[in-house]
Amino acid sequence: MKKFEFLEHTADVKFQAFGKSIEKVFENSAIAMISAMTNQKIKKKIKKDLKVKGKDFESLMYNFLEEILFIMDTEAFVLGGIRKLKIDKKNFELKAELLGDSPKKYEFHLDVKAITYNEMFVREEKKNWIAQIVLDV
Amino acid sequence: MSLKQISKNIYEIPKEGKMNVAGRIYASEKIMKDIEKDKTIEQVKNVATLPGIVGFSSALTDAHMGYGMCIGGVAAFDLDKGIVSPGGIGYDINCGVRILSTNIKVSDIKKNQKKIVEALYKKIPSGVGHGSPFQLKKGEMDLVLEKGANFLVGKGYGSRDDLIVEDFGCIENADASKVSPKAKQRGIGQLGTLGAGNHFLEVQEIYEIFDEKTAKVFGLKKGYATIMIHCGSRGLGHQVASDYIKLMEEKYGIKNLPDRELINAPIKSQLGQDYIKAMNCAANFAFANRHLIAYWVKEAMLEIFPKAEIKTLYDICHNIGKVEEHTVEGKKMNVLVHRKGATRSFGPGRKEIPEKYRKIGQPVLIPGSMGTASYILVGTKKAEEMTFGSTAHGAGRVMSRHSAIKGQTGAAVKKKLNAKNIEIKSGSLQSLAEEAPEAYKDVDEVVNIVDSLGLSKKVAKLKPLVVVKG
Repeated sequence: MKKFEFLEHTADVKFQAFGKSIEKVFENSAIAMISAMTNQKIKKKIKKDLKVKGKDFESLMYNFLEEILFIMDTEAFVLGGIRKLKIDKKNFELKAELLGDSPKKYEFHLDVKAITYNEMFVREEKKNWIAQIVLDV
Repeated sequence: MSLKQISKNIYEIPKEGKMNVAGRIYASEKIMKDIEKDKTIEQVKNVATLPGIVGFSSALTDAHMGYGMCIGGVAAFDLDKGIVSPGGIGYDINCGVRILSTNIKVSDIKKNQKKIVEALYKKIPSGVGHGSPFQLKKGEMDLVLEKGANFLVGKGYGSRDDLIVEDFGCIENADASKVSPKAKQRGIGQLGTLGAGNHFLEVQEIYEIFDEKTAKVFGLKKGYATIMIHCGSRGLGHQVASDYIKLMEEKYGIKNLPDRELINAPIKSQLGQDYIKAMNCAANFAFANRHLIAYWVKEAMLEIFPKAEIKTLYDICHNIGKVEEHTVEGKKMNVLVHRKGATRSFGPGRKEIPEKYRKIGQPVLIPGSMGTASYILVGTKKAEEMTFGSTAHGAGRVMSRHSAIKGQTGAAVKKKLNAKNIEIKSGSLQSLAEEAPEAYKDVDEVVNIVDSLGLSKKVAKLKPLVVVKG
């Protein structure tokens, strides 16, 4: 199964992420976002704990990705991988361990300005999960 | 879809269905074909349905699909009945362009191209994750947000002469308490940074003068160099937009919208007012950002050319919402003009224009895409009559980044630019491919159309000599 796939968009970046579980689709969405910015493999040198909340799966995804951008700008941390990602589906709460490195050591070709709700969905289709996200760049 | 050509280069989308006003698109037949490929026309129509819109919902010559409202979009709203929409302003609040005039001869630049590109790349932080050496002390962030470039002049960075820019470098009605701690945190290490994407810093050659009289007032002479800085409000502005989009969705819901991305708040509402005050803060951060970059550029250039004179010529916003007086159906009124990827183009006499330029109209800056020409134009009364005093802001993308990198490698793009005697340095080769000239509309054509329509008049054509990209 493919982890994610980029789709055509004139001005911005659009992708779909896939996973056998909702946890996996969140993880793959985060990795897709970072891979829109750099082609390099980010080392897993630093660990950070993350907790976010939402009102539904879409807003949880939005807040999750936004937090990753926020940490990048404010704590000099770029995501390389995720461990122990857990989603409380009833309360739309997410917990995860982020692994990554300082962005200064890598080459970025694009800066993501914001996550958008543009054409966004997170849903289960035939027992697989799929998410679609457009990033404003 | 009914699209009516009403005169050369002007198309109208007649008022129908829920539209409150008609739509207008300012483009040639050739450019119209690009515009029709994506959702631009639908977005112009959607904006026309918003409450309190007056005049026309417009798309300028460089229009392409954007978030909610197209890039190259202009819409004005009645202050009593109208709305303000973050999607109509953009995530990069006060993304804009500053230009510096110099007395450095192009021949001297050409002798030092490599040295200049290295010096500028070293001095100005660019790309993702590269913070600024400028450290804001506790409490100073709020001063930047409320005072803009004035704060830096007060600290000894540059002088009052550098405030000869749009809004004199500071938009009033900015309230730092309306900006979230998260947005401030994102901005704290980013004052004086270029960022990435389509942002750039260029040393240019004044290649051609179209209007000698105006060029003289602007201080432009053929064969001399100008310096252009294109960037915005960085993570701080992006966060302000995100925060208020979220707050407006929570408060008003998304059910009655033509498009979720056009979430808005009545201008008169508390949330609408809060957003305007926060947006103005982000705009001031962007003015300060370009001011500080310009200060460093000057320092770096003076090390190479110790006797040079480098002056701020002007600075324009191209993602902004502003309260301005315009004539609507023969009546003068204050409206909130949304300019999203559009440049203000005021003609002679407006009080908003610095005194030095007031008699002739404001300088208008239209940057090309990386490695292509840029233009300096002058604002017109006609723009005030047709587009709430607005003109195009650049070339406008026609190709996705994805297609652009499939077309050619960054190394190939660099080679092509070098062959044209352009020195370029970027943190990433791939970004050169993504921003390749082929991915954009032809800026010469865009500028010729806005000139022929009278939305702004050509003054000078600039060609890049040195390019620094994030």
